[in-house]
Amino acid sequence: MEYLKKYPKLFQWLFLLIVFFALCFAIDVPETYKFIRGQAEFVKDPNQSVYFFLGKEVRYYAFDVFWRLPPLLGWLPIWINDSLFFLMNEWMPMEFWNEDTQEFKTRPLLLEISRNLTSFMTFLIELIREILLGGLETIVAFTSWDFIDAYPWLELPGLPWTIVAAGAAILSYKLSGKGLALFAGLTMIYISIFGQWKPSMQTLSFILVAAPLSFIFGLGLGIAAYKSKRVEKALYPILLVMQTMPQYAVLVPALVLFGVGDHAAVIITMVVAVPPMILLTILGLRAIPPEVIEAGRMSGCTNWQLMFKVLIPTARRDILIGVNQVIMVCFSMAVISAFIGAKGLGFNLLLALNQLNIGLALEAGLCISLIAILLDKMSLAWANKQTDYFGNLTFFQRNKNVIFFSASFVIGIILAYVGTFIFKGSFNYLFEIPHNKGISTADFWNKGVDWIFDTFFVYIKAFNTWLIQDVLQPMRALYLRMPAVATLVLAVGAGYLIGGFRSALVVAALTLFIALSPWWDRALVTLYMATFGVVISCLIGFTVGTLCFQNKKSAAFMLGVCDIFQTFPSFVYLIPVMMLFGITDTSVLIAVIVYATIPATRYTIEGLRSVPVGLHEAATMSGVNKFQRLTKIEFPLAFPHMMLGLNQTIVFALFMVIIGAFIGTEDLGQYILKALSDKNGAGIGLTLGICVAFIGLIFDNLIRTWVGKRKKHLGID
Amino acid sequence: MSETVIKCESVYKIFGENSKKMLEESNGNVDAKTFQERGCIVGVNNASFEVAKGEMLVVMGLSGSGKSTLLRCISRLTDATGGKIFIEGQDLLELNNKELIELRRNKMGMVFQSFALLPHKTVVENIAFPLQIKGTNTEESISRAMEMVKLVGLDGRENYFPRELSGGQQQRVGIARSLAVEPDIWFLDEPFSALDPLIRKEMQDEFLRLQEKLQKTIMFITHDFDEALKLADRIAIMKDGIIEQLDTPANIVLNPATEYVRKFTEEVPREKVLIIEDVMDASSKDNLGDLKVSKDEIIENVAEKILTQEKLVGVVDSNNNIVGSIKPSKIIDTVFGGRKNGS
Repeated sequence: MEYLKKYPKLFQWLFLLIVFFALCFAIDVPETYKFIRGQAEFVKDPNQSVYFFLGKEVRYYAFDVFWRLPPLLGWLPIWINDSLFFLMNEWMPMEFWNEDTQEFKTRPLLLEISRNLTSFMTFLIELIREILLGGLETIVAFTSWDFIDAYPWLELPGLPWTIVAAGAAILSYKLSGKGLALFAGLTMIYISIFGQWKPSMQTLSFILVAAPLSFIFGLGLGIAAYKSKRVEKALYPILLVMQTMPQYAVLVPALVLFGVGDHAAVIITMVVAVPPMILLTILGLRAIPPEVIEAGRMSGCTNWQLMFKVLIPTARRDILIGVNQVIMVCFSMAVISAFIGAKGLGFNLLLALNQLNIGLALEAGLCISLIAILLDKMSLAWANKQTDYFGNLTFFQRNKNVIFFSASFVIGIILAYVGTFIFKGSFNYLFEIPHNKGISTADFWNKGVDWIFDTFFVYIKAFNTWLIQDVLQPMRALYLRMPAVATLVLAVGAGYLIGGFRSALVVAALTLFIALSPWWDRALVTLYMATFGVVISCLIGFTVGTLCFQNKKSAAFMLGVCDIFQTFPSFVYLIPVMMLFGITDTSVLIAVIVYATIPATRYTIEGLRSVPVGLHEAATMSGVNKFQRLTKIEFPLAFPHMMLGLNQTIVFALFMVIIGAFIGTEDLGQYILKALSDKNGAGIGLTLGICVAFIGLIFDNLIRTWVGKRKKHLGID
Repeated sequence: MSETVIKCESVYKIFGENSKKMLEESNGNVDAKTFQERGCIVGVNNASFEVAKGEMLVVMGLSGSGKSTLLRCISRLTDATGGKIFIEGQDLLELNNKELIELRRNKMGMVFQSFALLPHKTVVENIAFPLQIKGTNTEESISRAMEMVKLVGLDGRENYFPRELSGGQQQRVGIARSLAVEPDIWFLDEPFSALDPLIRKEMQDEFLRLQEKLQKTIMFITHDFDEALKLADRIAIMKDGIIEQLDTPANIVLNPATEYVRKFTEEVPREKVLIIEDVMDASSKDNLGDLKVSKDEIIENVAEKILTQEKLVGVVDSNNNIVGSIKPSKIIDTVFGGRKNGS
C-alpha cells in the first residue's frame, strides 16, 4: 500500500498493461483470420461482407468487432477518388478560348486551372533548363516554330559547365568564404566529369522553380497567420499533418490533378515545402522583441512599413533558416518525384536501382548527396551572414563578385569556343560532358559489390535468415496478434495517463481513424517495422550521443556528421543496404535504423549540452564522479529533450519504412506504391498517407504532452 | 503653469476578455482583487494628471506597478480601456489610424529599455529611420541623422552596426533616433535601467544636459527612486496601477502621502534632495544673523556654513529680498530627524 501511494503513476501503468494483456488473451484469433497479402481487396471473394455507404460499395472480411473493427471508413478512399474525378472532369463546365483551334471549348473549371497551372510551371522549368542546358522551347513559346526555323541561331545554347561551376564557387565565396567556395567548385567539377551534368542541372532547375515559389507562399501564409489568430488556427492542423505525412504519399493525388512530369512534381513539392516555411516565419516573427515593434510603431510606421521595414528584416535569420528548410525539402522531393516522372538525378537513381546496377546508383547517390550538402551549407551561410556596410568601400571592392563572375563568364565562353577546335568531331568537353560519356566508376563498384557478395555471402545470408526468422517474423506475428480493442484501450489509456482527458480523446480519435480504415493490419505491420527501427536507433543514438558528449570535440564532430547525414534525401539510404542485403525486410530495417539514428544522436547531445554550467559546477563541488554526474544530474535534466529526439526518431523511421516499400515490404507503404500505378489510386494514396501521419501524430501528441509536463515540473523554460 | 500638453482623465487599462464591460459595471470603482477573480488583470487604475509644456514627469514604480502600461496608453501602443487622454487638446482615443501615425511621425519620440534598435541598419540608418518612414528624402534624412549623431556624441561610429556597440552607446542611438523628427513630446521607458551603474550616471547627466538644451515635454519611466529624484520636475509614484502620490521631489520626501511612498523616502539623503526653501520658516524674518543663503541652494552645499551659526540664518531670493529664515537646528532635524525607528 505504501508503494502504491508513493508511486501512483507506476501502478496505473501496470494496471493498464494488465488490462491490455488480459484483453489480448481473452480475445481469440478467429479461425478464418489470416494476414491478407497483395491484391486481395481488389478481388471479389464470396467470403467478403459488403456494405453500401454514400452509394459506394465497400467489401471487407468481417471479423468479431473485438478482434478487428469493420472498415467503416472504407468508403473514404473511393469517395475521395470519385470526388476528385468529378471535380476534374464534370464540375463547373465553362467556355474557354482555345488558342490552337481558334474556337471556344467547354471544359470543367478545375481542369482548365490545372492545365494553366501546368503550362505555367512547365514554362518556368523549361526556361531555367534552357538557360542551364540549352534548348528552344521558351523562344518558341514567345514566337513560333516557323520563326525558329527562319532564325535557327536563336536557340539557347545553354551555359558551359565551367561558368556554372565558377558561379557556384563565387556565390559560395560571397556567402561563406574560401572553404565553401572550394567545396562548391570541386562538387561541380565532380558532377561534370562523371557525366552527371544534365540530370544535375535538371534537378537544379526544378529546385530553382519550386524553392522560390514555396518561399513566397510560405512567407505570405506565415505573415497571415502571424497577423490573424483565425488563420493560424485554421492552418495549424494542416501543418501538423503535413509535417508527419510521408512526402511519398502526396505524390498520388498530384498525379490525378496534374498528371505525370516535372510540373506536377513542382506543384506537389510546394505543398510539402510550404509548411516548414510557414512555421519558421511565424516562429521568427513571434521571436521579435516587443519593444522593436513598438519602436517601429512610434516611428510612425504604417502596417505595411512595419512588416517590411521592421519585422521581416529583424526576423531575417529565422526566415532564412526557413529558406534553408524549403531548399532541402525541395531537393528531397526532387529525388522522390522521380516516381511521378520528374527528370533529373532522382530518375537516374530510380532507374539504376530498378536495374540493380549498384555502381550507377552509387554515383547518382553521391551526386545527390554532394549537391544536398552544398545547397544546405550555402543557404545556412546565407542565413548566418550579417549585413555588411558598403558605403566606404571602393567601386571594385563593392562589386568584385560581379566582376569576377563576368570575367569567368567570358573565360568560360572562350574556353567553350576553343573546345570546338580541340574536340573536333567528338563531344566538346569544355562545353558539356554528356551523360555516360564522362568517367564512370560504376564497373568498379559493381565488381566490388560482387566481390563482397561472393566472399561474405554465407555470413550475410546467415545473418539475414536469423534476423528474419528468429526476430522479425515472431515480432510481426505478435503485433498482428493484438486485437483491435486491446490496442485501442492501450493507446487511450496511455493518452489518459500522460495527458489527461484531452490527450485521451485526441489519441482515441486518431487511433479510431486507422482502425476503421481498411488497412489496420498494414498499419500494424508499419508499426512493427517502425518500432523495431526506433528501438535499435534509440539504443545506438543515446549511447553514441552520451559517449560523444564526454568530449567537446567529439560532440561537435558528431553533430557535424548528423548535419551532413540529415541533408541526404531519405531515398539515398537504400543504396548501400540494397547492395548488401538485397531486396528483403532486413535492407529496409537497416536503412530505417541508419536514418532514424540521426535525430536520436543529435537530440541526446543537444539535451546533455543544455544542462546549465552552474549545475555542473555545483555537482562537481559536491564531489560526484563522472558516472554519478551523468546518472543523477545530466540524464534527468536532458531526458525531456531526448524524448523530443525520440519523437523525431519515430517520424524519421516512419518515413523510411514507407519509402522502404520501394524495396518490397508488406506495410502501408506497399499500398502507396501500388496506388501510384493505379488509375484510381488518389483516394487510397491520400488516405494511406493520412494513416501514416496519424500514427506519427499519436506518438507526437503523447511525447510532447509528457515533455511539456516534465519540463514544467523541472522548471526548464 | 504654462499650457498643458498631456492630460489624462481617469484612465484605466484592464487586460482580459470582457474588460470593457466589467469596467462599465464597476462604475469606476475598480478593485484589482475582484477583477482578478474574474480573469482580468488591472494595469492602470484611475490615473488622472497633467503634464505641462517643457515639464519632466517621472513615473516611478516597481515592476508590475503599471507604469509602462500607463506610458503605452498615452503613446497609444495599447488602447486604454476607459478614460480620456488629450495630447495638446486632441482626444487621443478618437484619432483614427492615419491621424495617429501622423501624430507619432511629428510629435512623439520614444526611447526603450532594451534599446530596440534595428539590427540590420547602421547607427546613422537607425537614426534616420523615422525620417525615412515619414518620406524625407535620403540625403536630407542622413544629414539630419548626422546632426543627431553629433548631439549624442557618437561621431565616428555612425557606420557601426548596433551589434558592434556597447549598451550605453546603443542607448545613445535610441535617444538620437527618438529625437530625429524633433518631437514635442518625449517618452522614455526605463531608458537607463539596462546599463551599468557608472554608465547610468553618465547617461543621466548627459540626459539632463540635453533636456536643458531642448526643453521637451517628457514622461520618463523608471523603477529607480534616486533616478527619479535626480531628474524629475514632478514624480508620480505608482503601485498596483494606482498613482499613490504625484508631487515635486521635495514634497514627496518631506510629506509622503502613504505608507508605501514613505518606505521609498526613508533611505533618501535629504540634504542632497531638498533646497533651503523647502525647510525654511517663512513667517519669521526678524532677529537674523549675518549669514544669508539663497533659497534655491541645496541643503548639502550650505549646511556646513549654517551649522556654524548660532543665530537665525536669513533666506533670500534671487533679488536679495529676505523671504524667510532658518534655524541651524532645523538642518540637523531635517537630515537626521523625522525617520522611523531612528534609522
